Amino acid sequence: MEYEPVIGLEVHAQLLTDAKIFCGCSTKFGAAPNTHTCPVCLGMPGVLPVLNKKVVEFMMKMALATNCRINRECNFARKNYFYPDLPKGYQISQYASPPAEHGWIEVELNGWKKRIGITRIHMEEDAGKLLHDEINPASYVDLNRTGVPLIEIVSEPDIRSAEEATAYLRRLHEILVYLEICDGNMEEGSFRCDANISLRPAGTEAFGTRTELKNMNSFRNVQRALEYEIKRQQYVLEGGGQVIQETRLWDDTAGVTHSMRSKEDAHDYRYFPDPDLVPVVIVAAWIDAVQKTLPELPLEKRERFVRAYQIPVYDAGVLTASRALADYYEEVVRLSGQPKIASNWVMGDVLRFLNEDKRDIRECPIAPASLAEMIRLIREGTISGKMAKEVSEEMYRTGKTPEAIIKEKGLVQITDEGALTKTIAEVIGKNSEQLAQYRGGKEKVFGFFVGQVMKATRGKANPQLINDLLKKMLAGDK
Amino acid sequence: MELYELSIHELQDKLREGETTSAEITASVFGRIDAVEKDVRAYITLMRETALAEAERADLAIRKGEMGALTGIPVALKDIFCTKGVRTTCGSRILNNFIPPYDATVVSKLRAAGAVCTGKTNMDEFAMGSSTETSFFGVTRNPWDLERIPGGSSGGSAAAVAAGECIAAFGSDTGGSIRQPAALCGVVGMKPTYGRVSRFGLIAFASSLDQIGPFTKDVEDCAILMNVIAGYDPRESTSVPEAVPDYRRFLGRGIEGWRVGIPKEYFVAGIDPEVEAAVRQAIRAVEGAGAKCMEVSLPHTDYCVAVYYVVAPAEASSNLARYDGVKYGFRSEGNRDLLEMYKKTRSAGFGAEVKRRIMIGTYALSSGYYDAYYRKASQVRGLIKRDFDEAFMTCDVILTPTSPTAAFRIGEKTDDPLQMYLSDIFTISANLAGIPGISVPCGYTESGLPIGVQFLAGHFQEGRLIQFASAFETHAKIERRRPRL
Ligand SMILES: [Zn+2]
Repeated sequence: MEYEPVIGLEVHAQLLTDAKIFCGCSTKFGAAPNTHTCPVCLGMPGVLPVLNKKVVEFMMKMALATNCRINRECNFARKNYFYPDLPKGYQISQYASPPAEHGWIEVELNGWKKRIGITRIHMEEDAGKLLHDEINPASYVDLNRTGVPLIEIVSEPDIRSAEEATAYLRRLHEILVYLEICDGNMEEGSFRCDANISLRPAGTEAFGTRTELKNMNSFRNVQRALEYEIKRQQYVLEGGGQVIQETRLWDDTAGVTHSMRSKEDAHDYRYFPDPDLVPVVIVAAWIDAVQKTLPELPLEKRERFVRAYQIPVYDAGVLTASRALADYYEEVVRLSGQPKIASNWVMGDVLRFLNEDKRDIRECPIAPASLAEMIRLIREGTISGKMAKEVSEEMYRTGKTPEAIIKEKGLVQITDEGALTKTIAEVIGKNSEQLAQYRGGKEKVFGFFVGQVMKATRGKANPQLINDLLKKMLAGDK
Repeated sequence: MELYELSIHELQDKLREGETTSAEITASVFGRIDAVEKDVRAYITLMRETALAEAERADLAIRKGEMGALTGIPVALKDIFCTKGVRTTCGSRILNNFIPPYDATVVSKLRAAGAVCTGKTNMDEFAMGSSTETSFFGVTRNPWDLERIPGGSSGGSAAAVAAGECIAAFGSDTGGSIRQPAALCGVVGMKPTYGRVSRFGLIAFASSLDQIGPFTKDVEDCAILMNVIAGYDPRESTSVPEAVPDYRRFLGRGIEGWRVGIPKEYFVAGIDPEVEAAVRQAIRAVEGAGAKCMEVSLPHTDYCVAVYYVVAPAEASSNLARYDGVKYGFRSEGNRDLLEMYKKTRSAGFGAEVKRRIMIGTYALSSGYYDAYYRKASQVRGLIKRDFDEAFMTCDVILTPTSPTAAFRIGEKTDDPLQMYLSDIFTISANLAGIPGISVPCGYTESGLPIGVQFLAGHFQEGRLIQFASAFETHAKIERRRPRL
C-alpha cells in the first residue's frame, strides 16, 4: 500500500528583544550562569510579571508577515509542570486565546508553489538550562535563559514530505531573520522545531496515529528525522502493526528516533488563565503602526529583483538570501546603474571572498560605493576586467577605494591612441617574420601581436583599443 | 494611658507637639511585647534592633520638621510581605530560612512614609486558614481569651494590634483573612478593592483574590494607612491606575440619607444569636445616623464558599509549585533523584491544610475536570460579581455580620475543615467580586468577646466605606474595652 505522510511543525523562535518578556533582565546569550537574573525570573516568592510590549510587537510582525489574523484580545495562561529549569513550576504561555491565527506562507519546491497553513502564533517565556557534571555527579541550573521571549508558530498538518517540511522551515527562518526579530541560530537554540507526523493510506482523509519528534537542531536533521520516521511508521504499518502515540527523540549520531515518553506518561499541564497578567488588547491602530515597520519580505524582494533588475530567478534568490546582502546589492545598483554587472560582482568576487573567510556581508570591507566606482571605471575603460580582479582583491584586503588602489599600483589603462600607436609600431618592427605570416593569411598570429603589445604595456593598455589599432596597422594602413 | 495603647493619630498629635518621641513609643511597644508576647505569640520574627534604629531616625526627621505620613509609628507586618534582608516565612516550614533580597511595594511605601517596623506576625501557613492554627510556628492566641483563636489567616497582625504589641498592622485578605480576625480581635480591618494596593512582594496564595489591607484601632487610622499604601504600581499588572483620594477627607462627614442594603441571604441559620443581635444593633445605629436601611438580595450567596474553594486552591496549587527545594527555602536531605527531592521536600515542607488545598486545586485544574470545576466556578464568580453590581444600583453600602460567630476555641475546628471554611462565609463574596470591605467592632458577647460588623461598597469606594464606618463609629458609641492580659 502507498502511504502519505501528514506533517505539522511547531517552531519556537527566540525573540531579539533587549529585555526578557516579564522582567528587565538582559536576553544576551553566553553570559556567566545566573548573572542575567532577578527575583522575577528566578521565581522568588511574591514577585510578579509585567509584560514587555516589544514582545507583542515582534509577535505581531511575524503574524503580519505570515498572513495571520491578529485577535483583538488575548490572554496568558500558566502551563504547570515541575522541572528544575522552570523556577516558578509553571511556564507563562498562551493557550485558549492565542494572539494570532489562520495564517499561511508559500513555499517553493521543484518549481511548484504550495501554501502551508499556520494555525496560530503565540508568545511565551523560555525555560532555563540544566548542566550536568558526570564526573562529580551533580546538576546545576542556569536561569539566564529563563524568561527570554519566544514565539511558537504552529503549522497546519499541511506538509506531505520531509522536503516540504524543510522548505517550510527555511521560509519561516528567512522571514524571522528578515524581520530582525530572531537571530535564527539553530545551534544556540534560537530557532527550534518539533514535528508531528503520521501516515495514512494514499487517497484517504482520516489521519493516522501520530508521533511527536524532538531534538532536531538543524534543517538537515529535521529532514533526516522525518525521512527516518516515515520509513519507520511505514514498516510498522506494513507489518500489520500500529503506530503508538508517543514522543520520540531524534538521535543524530545513530540516525534513528527513540521513544521518549508514551501518551500515558504525557504531562497534564493544567493550563489556566494567569491571574497575575491582564488581557493583552491589540487595537487596530497598533496593528497599523507595526504594519508600517514591516520590511519587504524575501519572496516579494526576490520577485521585485527579477522584475526590476532583469536578473535570473536564481541570482535574485542568492542576492536576497539575507536582508543585508540584498541591501548591499541594491546600493551598488543605485550607485552604478548596472544591475546585471553589479550582480555578477556581488555574486562572484564579493561572496567568494566572504565565504572563504566565513564572514557576513555586514563585515564586508568593500563598500558598495567602491564596488560601484570600480564598475564605472571598467565601463569607462580606465581599467580592464583583468585589472579589476586585482583591484577588487585589493579593495577586500585593504578596504581602500578603487581610485586609490589604481593610483598606488599604477594600474591606469593606456587609452592614449598616440602612445599606443608608437608601441604597436615598435612591436611590429621587431617581429617582421610574424608580420609576413599574418599578411600571408595566417590570422592566428594576430593573437601573438596582442600578447606582445600587452607585454610591452604591462597589461595597462585598453584591449579594445589594441585590437582596433593592431588590425589597422598590421593591414598596413599606417 | 500607656503610649502603646494610643492610636496613630493620637500619637502623631503628641509627636507633632513634641510631647513624646518615636523612641519612647517604640520602647513602649516593645515593653508591651516583652510583657504579653509569651501569652499571645503574635509574632514569628521580632525586629527590635532595626525598629529602635528606625525610631531614632524618625525622631531626627521630626526634629528637622520632616514628618512624613507615618514617621515614627511602630507597625507590624504579616509574615507574608517580603522584607529585604529579613526572614519571610509565610508561616511555613518550606520558607523557614528564606530571606528576600527585595521589599514588597507596600513595605517600600511604609519605609518611605517613615514607619517603624516592629516585626513579622504569625499567620496560617500560606494564608490558608481562618484561625492562625495552621502556622508552622505555633498558634497565636486571642488577646481577649487566650484559650481562643484570633481568627485568620492574618491572626498575628490582628492580635498584635488588639494586645498593644504594635500601633497598627498589615495583613492580606483572600477570603476574609483581614476582616474576620479584625472582628474576632475587636479592631478595624479593611480589605481594599482588588487592584487598589499593589501585590508586588506579597507572597501569593490566590492571585485573583489576594489583597493587602490595614489593621487599626479605629477608622481614622485606617484612612491614614490607606493613604500610604493605595495606588498603582508599574511592577504589578493588576494594580489599577485609578487616582487615590485623601481618605482622611471622608472622616466625620455623616451619612444622612445613605441607602444601606441588608442582604437577606446573610441573616440565616448558622449565625450566632449574640452576633446577630449585635449586628441588628449596628443597623439601628446607622439608622440613628440618618441612613435608610433596606433589604437587598445577593441571590448567588450560597455558591460563594463552593466557588472560593475551587478558585483559590486552583490558583494556590500553581502559585506554590515554586517551592520545590531547588532555589531557596527548605530542601529535604538524602534524595536519590529529582522526583524524590520534590516529593520529600514538599511532603515535609508543607503542612496538612496546604497540602489539602494543593490537591483540591490540582484536581480542579486537571484535564477532564477543568470544565466542571474551574471553568464553572469562574462563571459563577461572574454571577456573584453581578449580584453586587445590581445591589449597588439601589444602595450605597451593604451591611452584614463579618463572621458568623465570635472567636472559637483553639482546636475546636481543626479536625473539621468544612466547619472552618464556613467561618469566612460572609467575607468570601467581597474577594470573589473584587469589592472593598471593612470590619468595625460593633459590640461584645456576654462572655466579653468582640463582635464585628462588615460594610461593603462598590469598586474603588474605599472613601465611601471610611465615611460610613466613621459615622458608625461616632453614632454607635461602642464601649472601647481593652483585653485583660
Ligand atoms: Zn529577570
